[in-house]
Amino acid sequence: MDGDHETQVQAVESCIASGAKGILITASDTKAITDVVKQARDNGVLVIALDTPLEPIDAADATFATDNFKAGELIGQWAKATLGDEAENARIAMLDLSPSAPSVDVLRDQGFLKGFGIDIKDENKIGDEDDPRVVGHDVTSGNEEGGRTAMENLLQRDPSINVVYTINEPSAAGAYEALKSFGKEKDVLIVSVDGGCPGVKNIQDGVIGATSQQYPLLMASKGIEAIAQYAKDGTLPQPTEGLEFFNTGVNLVTDKPVDGVESISVQEGLDRCWG
Amino acid sequence: MSETTRRDGDYEASLKDSDTAVAAFKRRRRGFFGNVQHFLHGSPTMVPVIVLLLSVAAFGFVAPNFFSAFNLSLIMQQVAIVGILAAAQSLVILTAGIDLSVAAVMVMISVIMGRLSVEFGIPVPIAIVIGFFCGAGTGVLNGLLVTKVRLPPFITTLGTWNVFLALNYYFSNRETIRSQTLDAEAPLLKVFGERFNIGGAVLTWGVVLMVAIFAVLWYVLNRTAWGRHVYAIGDDKEAAELAGIRTDRTLVSVYMVAGIICALAAWASIGRVGSVSPTSFFEANLESITAVVIGGISLFGGRGSILGPMIGAIIVGVFNSGLRLAGVDVLWQLFATGWLIIIAVAIDQWIRKISS
Repeated sequence: MDGDHETQVQAVESCIASGAKGILITASDTKAITDVVKQARDNGVLVIALDTPLEPIDAADATFATDNFKAGELIGQWAKATLGDEAENARIAMLDLSPSAPSVDVLRDQGFLKGFGIDIKDENKIGDEDDPRVVGHDVTSGNEEGGRTAMENLLQRDPSINVVYTINEPSAAGAYEALKSFGKEKDVLIVSVDGGCPGVKNIQDGVIGATSQQYPLLMASKGIEAIAQYAKDGTLPQPTEGLEFFNTGVNLVTDKPVDGVESISVQEGLDRCWG
Repeated sequence: MSETTRRDGDYEASLKDSDTAVAAFKRRRRGFFGNVQHFLHGSPTMVPVIVLLLSVAAFGFVAPNFFSAFNLSLIMQQVAIVGILAAAQSLVILTAGIDLSVAAVMVMISVIMGRLSVEFGIPVPIAIVIGFFCGAGTGVLNGLLVTKVRLPPFITTLGTWNVFLALNYYFSNRETIRSQTLDAEAPLLKVFGERFNIGGAVLTWGVVLMVAIFAVLWYVLNRTAWGRHVYAIGDDKEAAELAGIRTDRTLVSVYMVAGIICALAAWASIGRVGSVSPTSFFEANLESITAVVIGGISLFGGRGSILGPMIGAIIVGVFNSGLRLAGVDVLWQLFATGWLIIIAVAIDQWIRKISS
């Protein structure tokens, strides 16, 4: 669940008040949080954004994140290669996060579509593409209940759906329940993002075809190291070359690898999974 | 005597020109709207029923695939859990209270039932029974805080909502119990998700459960002393007490029954979601209040039919499904639900004018 913005502002304020050396934050409103973040930095606090970059990205001292666009792109490419020639006739359902469309939502959604070879028009906007292969977008709140309801509604709009993108693995599990109740679970390819342990097990069981695994624990430990370093001698963490943030990496996890898209096995995914 | 009367003349004679009609109440001309107002005052469930029929007809015209037995039964599946919670919520609101904790109780109980069966290896029926006791316990806690500590229901349940949410995350370790694990180790927990067909309609036992709960509550509220006490307390607690009703005891029992219904919702929700998910249904408490209000139960207590909230929940489901099938952006669902609430309460106020 995503926390709310107001609570995060209060949390940052109490960190400043308590004289903290550094703050790790996964912003729920990436634009609005920047004011209080600036306050913190003016007070000499090192602010590191985890998982979700702030907007603009240099509002934080450093960002330890996974490339969410890349995560989406990988599952898009995998789905396209798995379908082969049938990709031309794909019927795609997009299960997003929330009506407010935070940046993680946009990046994964647009990354997937680009990876699948669909013209995404404005890459900051969900749902502006006009490719007829996209049946529709719906929101899931990132949980099983929302995933199921959203999938049911999209299937009602077009029962021929055969590719399902999901924002995360809980919503993928919900979508699978809906497909099962429609008797379609065998004919549909589900892809997702996260790489949590229940999600990787769902690949093993054939519920999800592939997922882009991210490493939130690595983000956190790198973040803590950076703050310790800063407190010791004032050195700032450096971003990965060519990127505006320190990339903690993303791997495609699947048991059905395809040519041209690098992936790791489910076993390796299970060894590195979290949650 | 008769002689005197005759001498004083015929008394009746003066009545000759008077009105000969039988005594009657003066008939006010009500006009069309007046008649509608009177009709709705007499049968409060008719407002949501009419709204439901109109919206089904309207979406049938504009949204493709909407008007089919399959889609309409799908809507029933989608609203079943919120509908059951709305039943619990209605009981509390009829006593002029409110229960903000219903959804948190439900999710916590589903986690308790799931973890006890899967992690602790307790036989599933026993885990379910423990879940029901926990549900009753949460209700008794709410009820005692309202009656003994004399906290307003809003404050009480605002507090326990947070407490139960925290316990939910504690018990669940924030982890989902997967669908496959439940299939293998505790299939009984998913029994309310099982489907059966009637013609083209596909229903789940969860839908049957919802209808059954409302039917039982309708009987209890209208045909038993306890039910009449609930209405009496909601209408005027002091008057009810003066009439000899043990109001505190009844109130605690109302919250307890609401807690037990939340436990039923928890069991049904596992079937609906497929897994035990500590993050699902976080908006369901407000959705249950929405259903109750659209269903025509007065937030001031003591007025409204228990069947209204079920129809209220279905109306929200119809709007969500219809708007999504019409390809409208999701934000307009929120917009539509908002106006439904406002219009429902406005109509309720208009109907109530009759009694003043």
